[in-house]
Amino acid sequence: MKGNQLSIKTIVAIGIGAAVFIILAKFAAVPSPVPNTSIQTSYAFLALMAVVFGPIAGGLIGLIGHALNDAISYGSVWWSWVAVSMIVGLLIGLAAKKLDIESGIFNTKKIITFNIVQVIAQGFGWFLVAPALDILIYAEPANKVFLQGLFAGVSNMVTVGVIGTLLLAGYAKTRSRSNSLTREL
Amino acid sequence: MAVEMLSYIDRKTPIHQLTGVTKLICFIVWSSAAMLTYDTRILAFLFIFSIVIFIVSKIKVSEVSFVLIFILVFLFINNMAIYLFSPQEGVKIYGSSHVLIEIAGRYNVTIEQIFYQCNVTLKYFAVIPIALLFIVTTHPSEFAASLNKIGVSYRISYAVALALRYIPDVQRDFRTIALSQQARGIDMSKKEKLPIRIKNAASIIFPLILSSLDKIETISNAMELRGFGKSNKRTWYSARPFQRGDYVTLFVFGVIFVTAMVVTFHDGNRFYNPFES
Repeated sequence: MKGNQLSIKTIVAIGIGAAVFIILAKFAAVPSPVPNTSIQTSYAFLALMAVVFGPIAGGLIGLIGHALNDAISYGSVWWSWVAVSMIVGLLIGLAAKKLDIESGIFNTKKIITFNIVQVIAQGFGWFLVAPALDILIYAEPANKVFLQGLFAGVSNMVTVGVIGTLLLAGYAKTRSRSNSLTREL
Repeated sequence: MAVEMLSYIDRKTPIHQLTGVTKLICFIVWSSAAMLTYDTRILAFLFIFSIVIFIVSKIKVSEVSFVLIFILVFLFINNMAIYLFSPQEGVKIYGSSHVLIEIAGRYNVTIEQIFYQCNVTLKYFAVIPIALLFIVTTHPSEFAASLNKIGVSYRISYAVALALRYIPDVQRDFRTIALSQQARGIDMSKKEKLPIRIKNAASIIFPLILSSLDKIETISNAMELRGFGKSNKRTWYSARPFQRGDYVTLFVFGVIFVTAMVVTFHDGNRFYNPFES
């Protein structure tokens, strides 16, 4: 395998990840107290996949998953928001090495790191990129798109913070730790 | 839980006979044209032309109506929001103000605002028929082949193909898990308190993720065994050779795109302004 090419495992992870992302976005939205809005569990999943498989997988799962979901459920793709999903997946994935979830350790320090990273990634995506692209492509009023971005960003940060952390902690438990064996005397 | 999805509809029409590559390129060209322009004349032309193509494809409106209704509701809410947040946006863009009705403060109704919002709506309308057609007339496996043909690396195209292939499988898994967890009394609906609801959601997602990770393992082993990714190129079972119709269509779309861009930008402004004399 040449170094700069995607490994087979990453390719499959992108494909299956995108499929799961779509299903979660369509079916596993938890109704929230605010009318007509739901808590999107798919972004928590995206964060998990980004941490497990790295930035390229994270970015592409966001891109393919969001674009296909828009296409098959609404018939048109909102590219400005798809771009945000890609950026969020990519940025969270950059922390994959630091979190090293495969070691099976997901302690308080890592939980804090993960949450700082996801808040920065999503803040950048939802508060800056999404409104900027909306204005550029659709020439919509600035204050409207910034409010939309603010709302989407905050609710996604909370979702990823709560469900994403739960998922990562659960995933870490299924990995065996490197020093988990004890010698019987 | 029966949420409808758009999928391939098989008919024998000239649109279906075009290769996936042609349709993909046309779709991209069309959406970029509609994205870049704000010229009302161009948008109106794009909209009418796309309706004509829609009729040629013999897709019934009833087959895609669930999506259309959703889009109309979305556009309505969107228009309301634009007006609420920025009732003077049109005046700002077109640089004049013809007041029709006075309401409190800056919330008066101007012709410019109405015109601007019609343009926003038209912008969506010009893309929707083409986007819908692209989705319902392109076979999923041909779509992946087309992605590869227009220059996307075949590894990523294959990931898209995998995603499309596994959506039904994952959906079935999800349903099974959700039902069995509900049978154990785990509730995700409004009847439960919010924190518990979120915890319950995690307990449904988690088995789904673990089973998906298993799936990733199995599939990547199978692909590895078959030597996937060894060569630089890959052939596609569902790729079809170009025919005359494809060349003609691409040419026509190219001409439309260039004309649209020239008309839009020749005066250095992407908005068409009927108010200046």
